Amino acid sequence: MVYVTRRSILAPLLMLLFLSLWATPSNAVDEFIEINPFLKKIPMAIPDFKPMSEDALSQETAVETAQLLAETLLFTGYFKLVDKGAYLENPRESGITDASINYRNWTVIGAELLITGGIRRTADAVEMELRLFDTFKGQSIIGKRYRGGPQDIRRMVRKFASEVVFSLTGNRGYFNSEIAFVSTGSGNKEIYIAEFDGRNPVQFTQTKNITLSPAWSPDCQWLAYTAYPKNRPFLYIKHRYHKRGYEIANKGLNITPAWLPQADPPTSLEDMRLAATLSFTGDQEIYLLTGKGKIIKRLTKSWGSDVSPTWSPDGKKFAFVSNRSGNPHIYVKDLDSGRVDRLTFQGRYNTQPNWSPKGDKLAYAGMEGSRNDIFVIGFNGRPPVQLTRDAGSNESPSWSPDGSMIVFSSTREGRSRIYVMTAFGTDQRRLLTLPGEQSNPQWSPNKHLN
Amino acid sequence: MQRKLWMVLALLVLVPGLMLMTSCAQQSAVDQDTTQKAAPPQDTTGSASGGEDLQADAAKRAAEQAMNQFINEHIYFDFDSAALSAMAQATLKSKAAWLKENAGAMVIIEGNCDNRGTNEYNLALGERRALSAQAYLVDLGISASRISTISYGEERPLDNRNTEEAWAKNRNDQFKLK
Repeated sequence: MVYVTRRSILAPLLMLLFLSLWATPSNAVDEFIEINPFLKKIPMAIPDFKPMSEDALSQETAVETAQLLAETLLFTGYFKLVDKGAYLENPRESGITDASINYRNWTVIGAELLITGGIRRTADAVEMELRLFDTFKGQSIIGKRYRGGPQDIRRMVRKFASEVVFSLTGNRGYFNSEIAFVSTGSGNKEIYIAEFDGRNPVQFTQTKNITLSPAWSPDCQWLAYTAYPKNRPFLYIKHRYHKRGYEIANKGLNITPAWLPQADPPTSLEDMRLAATLSFTGDQEIYLLTGKGKIIKRLTKSWGSDVSPTWSPDGKKFAFVSNRSGNPHIYVKDLDSGRVDRLTFQGRYNTQPNWSPKGDKLAYAGMEGSRNDIFVIGFNGRPPVQLTRDAGSNESPSWSPDGSMIVFSSTREGRSRIYVMTAFGTDQRRLLTLPGEQSNPQWSPNKHLN
Repeated sequence: MQRKLWMVLALLVLVPGLMLMTSCAQQSAVDQDTTQKAAPPQDTTGSASGGEDLQADAAKRAAEQAMNQFINEHIYFDFDSAALSAMAQATLKSKAAWLKENAGAMVIIEGNCDNRGTNEYNLALGERRALSAQAYLVDLGISASRISTISYGEERPLDNRNTEEAWAKNRNDQFKLK
């Protein structure tokens, strides 16, 4: 159990970073300019936390926890750490509260933000107080106290990281999300699940055959995926923690599941909704199913392949891949009007659409030559923006639940592995290293932190 | 004895050789693997006992060869296409002939893709490739109930390399007997 004491949350500080500007260039066409918040990283100081008791365990935990918080915040791409060697003040000596901080000691070394922490640790309990300061304004922005067991340290750190990012961006981030992906480490393609930052990867399926296309239910309690345990591409709905599950075993293909996003997900699987491609009629079409796999209705009608549905966040539209024009391209269907519009016109092979949780963009893999790259396209008719380039084949983009990052697979270092980047394509780095090859990453919704 | 042995050898070389020639006449090229597998077996010592046995044996081996050819000869596709080339159609005609002679045989057509595309779309493409071959065989008079299809997309490449040659090899339908 983690207890939280709310001290103060000031108004969002750096919202201006996320403002979008309308400018009118000389050709008199309105140009939408979006400011990339990841280009200028905010310099931040996170000195070692102060142990609130003299014992070795508290000392050790104080250092480790400051390091963990620094890594968690650096992952977001919004910050850079000021070199510890430059620090003029040591909050372990001088104190961790507003009254004891000499802000000038931090502004002169360029730190715009400062996080201090105090930790009391016993064998079975941890108590920490964490504060975020705006050094230039000389103000405390956030102050939180957390109590729990030693196993809760990471959760406390994530919760505070979430507060920090919320105060700066107005968005809770993704600090309680997970990433499902396919790995061949066991000799077969199986689904694995890691924490959002690649920590603690665990094998989730044991199909001992081909397993593909993991998809998270909106409440993060279920995963849908395609597998061949009976040597047929069937869909499986498996509970995240219990051994419960359902099999969708129509004749032909049962592939590319996508759960309907629901802000308040129903508690019953029967009331959840899933789009998937089935081909029992001899033609590959996208259908709407219940969470248990019962067909509600067909959503597409076109001879040929209609696969890979991805829902708009409001659930009123979905994008999908169709070869109705002769090559695979991405189309959008509006469920109310029934209208279908082609979205991609560049290139000859565009697949794997993934609709941004903010709703305004769609990421996809576009093929040039024999390689795929990740593109992002809006719905305003403007050309797509290419986010990966000259770095192997890049596939399966999937947005973080706050829309600030994209996870994808790449062969840039030889074998296919999982990478992350910001929504603007900056800060590309490998998420994790595992035996075998990794592909098909899917970022989960952000579970409620408690 | 010596003469019989020669006859055996000659028959063993001739029968499959003839079959190979006829199938070659129907199509401009034969998959390399098939050519190698269709070569006559080397070990002939055990079968040289009597004339009738010899004939039965040769017929049996011929049947085996025909079945092996049915199983080992794949059809190939262009990139992002499920259309049957002239060569693929010729191969399917010989497969239809074999299926007519072996009325009890049930076949599974497995559709495969190269790894340049993406997994999900390739699952769909692999199925369309298998369905193309199934439809063609049905047109040639083979009952649809004898044919099932399965798509492996890009998940079961014959050749793991990333070369034009490997991709061409991996874009195939394979024919398995139930």
